Amino acid sequence: MSEPYYKPEDLADFPNIGEHSPELGASFFDYYGKATGAGKLTEREKALIALTVATVRHCPYCIDAYTNKCLSLGVGNDEMMEAIHVGAAMVAGDTLAHATQVRKITRKKEM
Amino acid sequence: MDPRQQLAMLEIPGRRGSFVERLKAMEFFPLCATGVEVLQLNITRRCNLTCRHCHVEASPDRQEMMLEEIITECIRIAQMFEIDTIDVTGGAPELHPQLPRLLRELAATKKRIIVRTNLAILTEGACQSFPQIYRELGVEIVGSLPDYTSERTDRQRGSGTFARCITAMSLLNKIGYGREGTGLILNLMHNPPGAFMPGNQTSLEHEYKRQLLERFGVEFNGLFVLTNCPIGRYLDYLISSDNLNDYMTILASAFNPKAVFNVMCRNTLSVGWDGRLYDCDFNQMLGLKVNDGSPTHIREFDLKRLSRRQITVRNHCFACCAGAGSSCQGVLDT
Repeated sequence: MSEPYYKPEDLADFPNIGEHSPELGASFFDYYGKATGAGKLTEREKALIALTVATVRHCPYCIDAYTNKCLSLGVGNDEMMEAIHVGAAMVAGDTLAHATQVRKITRKKEM
Repeated sequence: MDPRQQLAMLEIPGRRGSFVERLKAMEFFPLCATGVEVLQLNITRRCNLTCRHCHVEASPDRQEMMLEEIITECIRIAQMFEIDTIDVTGGAPELHPQLPRLLRELAATKKRIIVRTNLAILTEGACQSFPQIYRELGVEIVGSLPDYTSERTDRQRGSGTFARCITAMSLLNKIGYGREGTGLILNLMHNPPGAFMPGNQTSLEHEYKRQLLERFGVEFNGLFVLTNCPIGRYLDYLISSDNLNDYMTILASAFNPKAVFNVMCRNTLSVGWDGRLYDCDFNQMLGLKVNDGSPTHIREFDLKRLSRRQITVRNHCFACCAGAGSSCQGVLDT
């Protein structure tokens, strides 16, 4: 069996993604820093949003980074789970909301 | 674990290089002191608590107590030299019978005096008199409180500790500490209750203030966040939980060259219970005395030479230079 694609140490290479496209890389990191830093929402609230997105998107790097960030900011396990349930509910709701499309078509097509 | 064994454990995974190599790469090696603005006295390794993160490995069984003659010498140095701040730490300084004398004589020098307390001890027996002594002498208090929840604090410091810390904070608030306009300073020290770096100091302070006031009605002035140094009991924890490699990777990845310029050892001198001199409390616990050529004992104190000394650095120094930087006064001005 070959090595897994995802390795924890790969995350350390993330700051280097601008290597062959420095301007776009710098633009991204500038945007990323501003978007995730404290604004009208606190850094803590944004870390919980990011953790939720990370789990919904199944990104192991982001889950690692934002679980650690939440811990660093004193976010409790109960709060992290509550946020993840929001993500889970949204995914379930998103799926079920599309049942309306199915229902629309079946209503039209069936006798 | 023997200090030499501890240092040998602190390898940096991957190709990031040692702390010395990082300083050399930024042409900042040797790291040199800029002065002695803070004299930090570690007067005892005895403590009423046995915290899992303690780099001193303090406990009720420890016997090290600063000798009376060394205390007298420290007072003399404080009186003679232009050193802004005297910072008293331990262990639990309140367990040293000479603490009241030390503080009274230091107070007469009109310098800034800090006592680092674990708070819980201020609820115990004769130590309950210390809040009034601190108030009378205008001592600035730095109270250790790793977290604003009892669960996370007690996991690190022992069952029931959080509740006693809150009781102590409440007593301190009653006599004016931590209250706006009194001039009586109560700062708190946060260190992460696990194998991760501390979060943003401003964000954590906001959350500490909100939670402690809403849930327990207690106040404080400011929060200092401190990155756990991978030595002593915290190193044991990292090893036993299989986190050492990850933690050293995190510290080395977050190395911040700007933090190096303001790292606390550059303006601090640490004195051990036996009068030996060190660049910081972490080096003291590792037995890394000030560099050869500098006076190594308080009896030989020489401000000029110590102000220009070379700092002894090893890989544990990554803890003070990671992210926003870390010190006994919180994040570094980077």
